[in-house]
Amino acid sequence: MSRQKDNYENSWWLKFKRWVEGEIDPLAHGMETVRPDQETEDRRWQREKLLQARTAKERKSQELREALEARELRQYQKIYQVLSVLLCVAVSLVLLWTITYLPEIGDAGNPDNNEVSARYIEQGLKETGAVNIVTGMILDYRAFDTFGESCVLFIASCCVLVLLRMDGGSDGEKSGKKGASGAKKRMAETNDRLYEPKNDVILQQCSCVLVPLILVFGVYIVLNGHLSPGGGFSGGAVLGSGLILYLNAFGFRRTGQFLTEKVYRRVTLSALTFYCLAKSYSFFTGANHLESGIPLGTPGDILSSGLILPLNICVGLVVACTMYAFYALFRKGGM
Amino acid sequence: MTLVQNFPFFSIIIAMFSGIISSVLTGKQARNISLAAISVTTVMSAAVLFFCLRTGESYTYMMGHFPAPWGNEIRAGVLEGLTALLFGLVMLLAVIGGMEHTFLDVEETKINLFFIMIDLMLSSLLALIYTNDLFTAYVFVEINTIAGCGLIMIRQVGRSFTSAIWYMVMSQLGSGLFLIGLTLLYDVTGHLLMSPAKEAVALLEAAGSYEIPLLVILAVISVGLAIKSGLFPFHAWIPHTYGYATPTASAILSGLVSKGYIFLLIKIFYRVLGRENVIASRIVNVLFIFGLAGMIMGSVLAIMEKDTRRMIAYSSVAQIGYIYMGIGLGTEAGMVAAVFHMFTHSATKALLFISAVGLYEVSGDKKDFKSLRGAGYRNPLAGIGFTVGALSMVGFPMLSGFISKLLFATSALNSPHKMMPTLIGLAVSTVLNAIYFLRLVITLYRGGNAPTGKEMREGKHLQYHPGMLRLAICGFILLNLFLGLQSQPVVRGIALGLAMFD
Repeated sequence: MSRQKDNYENSWWLKFKRWVEGEIDPLAHGMETVRPDQETEDRRWQREKLLQARTAKERKSQELREALEARELRQYQKIYQVLSVLLCVAVSLVLLWTITYLPEIGDAGNPDNNEVSARYIEQGLKETGAVNIVTGMILDYRAFDTFGESCVLFIASCCVLVLLRMDGGSDGEKSGKKGASGAKKRMAETNDRLYEPKNDVILQQCSCVLVPLILVFGVYIVLNGHLSPGGGFSGGAVLGSGLILYLNAFGFRRTGQFLTEKVYRRVTLSALTFYCLAKSYSFFTGANHLESGIPLGTPGDILSSGLILPLNICVGLVVACTMYAFYALFRKGGM
Repeated sequence: MTLVQNFPFFSIIIAMFSGIISSVLTGKQARNISLAAISVTTVMSAAVLFFCLRTGESYTYMMGHFPAPWGNEIRAGVLEGLTALLFGLVMLLAVIGGMEHTFLDVEETKINLFFIMIDLMLSSLLALIYTNDLFTAYVFVEINTIAGCGLIMIRQVGRSFTSAIWYMVMSQLGSGLFLIGLTLLYDVTGHLLMSPAKEAVALLEAAGSYEIPLLVILAVISVGLAIKSGLFPFHAWIPHTYGYATPTASAILSGLVSKGYIFLLIKIFYRVLGRENVIASRIVNVLFIFGLAGMIMGSVLAIMEKDTRRMIAYSSVAQIGYIYMGIGLGTEAGMVAAVFHMFTHSATKALLFISAVGLYEVSGDKKDFKSLRGAGYRNPLAGIGFTVGALSMVGFPMLSGFISKLLFATSALNSPHKMMPTLIGLAVSTVLNAIYFLRLVITLYRGGNAPTGKEMREGKHLQYHPGMLRLAICGFILLNLFLGLQSQPVVRGIALGLAMFD
């Protein structure tokens, strides 16, 4: 017993107890270090002597050690790169090898030539009223997925808003750090605006011709989504790129006259709300085997195929606004 | 069709709609809408659960006018209802508990965006639970990933940006693999809905055709979802994301998001690829080994960690390992244990994150062991909450962690080759759990250096009202006690729900 008591300073139990109390962290440093205030006279003298003995040569050796460590790190990074390339190659090879076992493209006997696609092709026109089968599929047969996709765009633009939107004074009061970064951002914004309007005559003249054409083409793609190839997603992308071109040519002052953040929010909100309500009605009646009472019209007419046309317009608006908002936010952190 | 059967659809749409309209509301209004949406969907999930228990069977719900192989479909059964109910409760308590910090951490003009993320996260979790369609699952996995990134980076400090990028890269890798798996599966079966796809897979298995693509599909989907839920070798993003996000986000990401992916994986195993095929392919053994490794390594890494919040995050690695080990046992009992541990972990980990917040704010917002000394006396309820959570994770009787460890151990007895590794792994991991959790609990109740008034003021709790935090901690403790004391109905419900999957 007495022996244990003598060794209490070095005992495992004391080490464990001190570790529990958070005084030492043997795992972090590898070993326990003695605190200066607990040092004996003897040791302090030794250490001072050692300090005096530390010459430029020792310092040099430390530099050498640091350089070695840095080299080790670089080597590790190299190994890491090699390994990651090997892993990527291996996974690609496995996937390519799998492809050789897959059914051949265009073979009539393939598993995906089944009753599902048969009904889409044969009955699609009658059941959805859309001449464009793809639009009929994404906005009627599988409309829930498409609603999810528009929500992906919505939440992506929300994330970009979180990241890039700069809000006035309010953050300045909250904490110094955030306020400083906000001020820095605002400086950058004013710098960006110094170069506006660019008055690039070639760009302005070209976009005077191009922008109306692009916008009309975008509207055409959206409105004819159920009749010809196209639809909300592609048409919205064309509309959005037209708006971005206009913005580049004439600057924020001109676009700000008709497209502010308020407008953007209201358009997105009303488009998604309409989509949500209309499709909820359609899902609810469908699942409960009720008549929806939405006329399909004559296939081929512009006003036909039930909800598909308004839904295409909604998706087009969401996509166009999201593209424009992304560009504007990346450019100056606001709209 | 009765009104109750519409509730899964209603709850998904309500959650999405509340997110959409929150974009034009102020922060406080968005918060109220969000709380209301979570409460309503939770009540609806409870109704679905009781409806399915009463009728004793699951049902599918057509999303539109077209039946199964052509249109979208969702499906509700006992397990879906139970999971949705529990997720809803945990989400509600996590949002309430971290509310004050949300308002402090997030810029004032961006609070409504935070609640948009919460609403869409809820809708995507519900959709992952209820879906009967593989592509719907993928779309909502995307929403879930983006909302997760948003929740992490909304704190807008340096660390949270890097951890959001880390999370995004790993998560996209997982989503990509999952999408490749779905594409291959569509190529060989020609179906995206789960029930017809399962029939097609069964036909292919019987004919012996496309053996290699099916194996690759299984591997790619499992690995993709394992990366997204943070199984051991892919765990490196966990401490960063959970450690530096705002408390509500940490609780939701660790408690719910990773579980949503595991639930989807179980659903795909049962409802698409067929449980027998999955076991025959021996992929379960791989999951078993990585689960075991995660159980040990997660705990070891947690012991070596000095920041307590990152320590709690590392403990998630170990707990995810437990769940995959249960799936890897390849027996019905193992699966029940895995699902029960999913519930245990979401209730307990959220409790730990939320009550740790209560302890940090009485310790001058410091997160190391030394500053937390005596914090259990300074904020008694948070101390009790943390102690309950820690004991539950260690496996103290009466708490939910004990039941899940008991279930793992008993289910291991039925699988001869995996019995010893499981039991040894459980024992070692429990001891390691006890080392780091009880160390912190002891620290909390040591008399120590209380922070001075100046340090307290430096923290950001000047106008702090702890009522919400208290409510949330009490709720979580009750949930834990319920799962620990009344485990039998839950376990029976899980078994019944898994039987309905086939």
